Amino acid sequence: MLHPRIIPCLLIHQGELVKTRRFSEPQYVGDPLNAVRIFNEKEVDELIVVDIDASVTGREPDFKLISNLAAECRMPLCYGGGVKSPEQVEKIVGLGVEKVAIGHAAISNPQLIKDAAQRVGTQSIVVVMDIKKIGFPFSKYTVLTQNGRKVTNLSAVTFAKQSQDLGAGEILINSIDRDGTLAGYDFELVDQIRQAISIPMTVLGGAKDHGDISSLISRYGIIGAAAGSMFVFKGKYRAVLIQYPTRKEKEDIMIKANFNYLPG
Amino acid sequence: MVTIINYGLGNIQAFYHIYTQLNLPVKIASSVHDLSEAKKIILPGVGSFDWAMNKLNNSGMRYTLDQLVLEKEIPVLGVCIGMQMLAKSSEEGELPGLNWIDGVVKRFDEQSLSSKNPLPHMGWNSVNPVINHSLLTKLQDPQFYFLHSYYFLPSVIQQKVASTHYGVEFTSVVVRDHIMGVQFHPEKSHRWGIQLLKNFAEL
Repeated sequence: MLHPRIIPCLLIHQGELVKTRRFSEPQYVGDPLNAVRIFNEKEVDELIVVDIDASVTGREPDFKLISNLAAECRMPLCYGGGVKSPEQVEKIVGLGVEKVAIGHAAISNPQLIKDAAQRVGTQSIVVVMDIKKIGFPFSKYTVLTQNGRKVTNLSAVTFAKQSQDLGAGEILINSIDRDGTLAGYDFELVDQIRQAISIPMTVLGGAKDHGDISSLISRYGIIGAAAGSMFVFKGKYRAVLIQYPTRKEKEDIMIKANFNYLPG
Repeated sequence: MVTIINYGLGNIQAFYHIYTQLNLPVKIASSVHDLSEAKKIILPGVGSFDWAMNKLNNSGMRYTLDQLVLEKEIPVLGVCIGMQMLAKSSEEGELPGLNWIDGVVKRFDEQSLSSKNPLPHMGWNSVNPVINHSLLTKLQDPQFYFLHSYYFLPSVIQQKVASTHYGVEFTSVVVRDHIMGVQFHPEKSHRWGIQLLKNFAEL
């Protein structure tokens, strides 16, 4: 049977691995390729790598780095950051990346989702939404771009639905409010999007420990549980330590989530 | 010598790295010239059917590959879209496939899948052998990474060597003599994938 995926999300800033809090205060974590090697040993389910400079500065994705990452990964890789055209999507998939995440460019030009999916297949197109709850007193989950610097007038639910209709194979929900806070996943947000779409989704932002992952799986079943901080920091002083649940711990996560898990 | 066909898609380097680390001879073929020493061929791939077929047809290697596989009977392993390309045709595209194994590629029927089984089929799933085959030897409770919405339906049921359950039972490993295909990504499936690629090299 298919298992829920537990996914470390790594951020790249000026060629180095960093971790942010609410999309700011990037803290140095290490070298990207070295981190991938450690995650290989830990047999992670999947890896997400986001270049947080590319879409802000408007430069092209760093194809050399992507190619090195793809060659090193023994697990599926999803790349995001600065992807603007179907040609770039094609090139990245050609470098050996299984999934390409499109954010900003999909919001300004939703047709890109369709064009990219036609070339590489819907299974490789991930639409990533950076989401913040905005407005008073009737706050609404809203999509932001440029690393949370620019507010759009798009509702997260509407855009998730539109992305699915255009041919996205997966939605990556990234909660700005929860990023790096260790406050747990935002179930209210996930509930709203889950009800609107049927394609696979991965949730990022807020996970503190294995218990948070269990709660997410318990609530939604097959889902991608992504996290940044909990896989790169240890303790309240945020000491850098790359970690990932062992096979036994993973089994416990699934048991706690009441997910009928057959250990691999 | 395991020869990986580089026709512009799929994770060539990941395959290459695995074989290098296993100390097994490996080569990347980007033109006909590179195919001369091939004893085993890997046809990788990520992408849609017509896009992949177009790339292979325009790679300059198509004719020689047909010869190597069909006349010289060199073992070949198609991976993901590379497995689907072994078929006669696909519901995903209009171009003809390689037709190396009699069968068609079909889309999962969304009507028959429950809401718990969205498309694409994405993630780690079990591969259950239905026939003993040395490609799947030394694999204990094998788990592999899948990412697809279409699957290979062989015309000859005995060519289904392993199956996987996702709403329905589908063929995850197909074998016709020396021609093999796997729907999952062994190059991205940790220890199980490495063992399978080793098995293929040692067939």
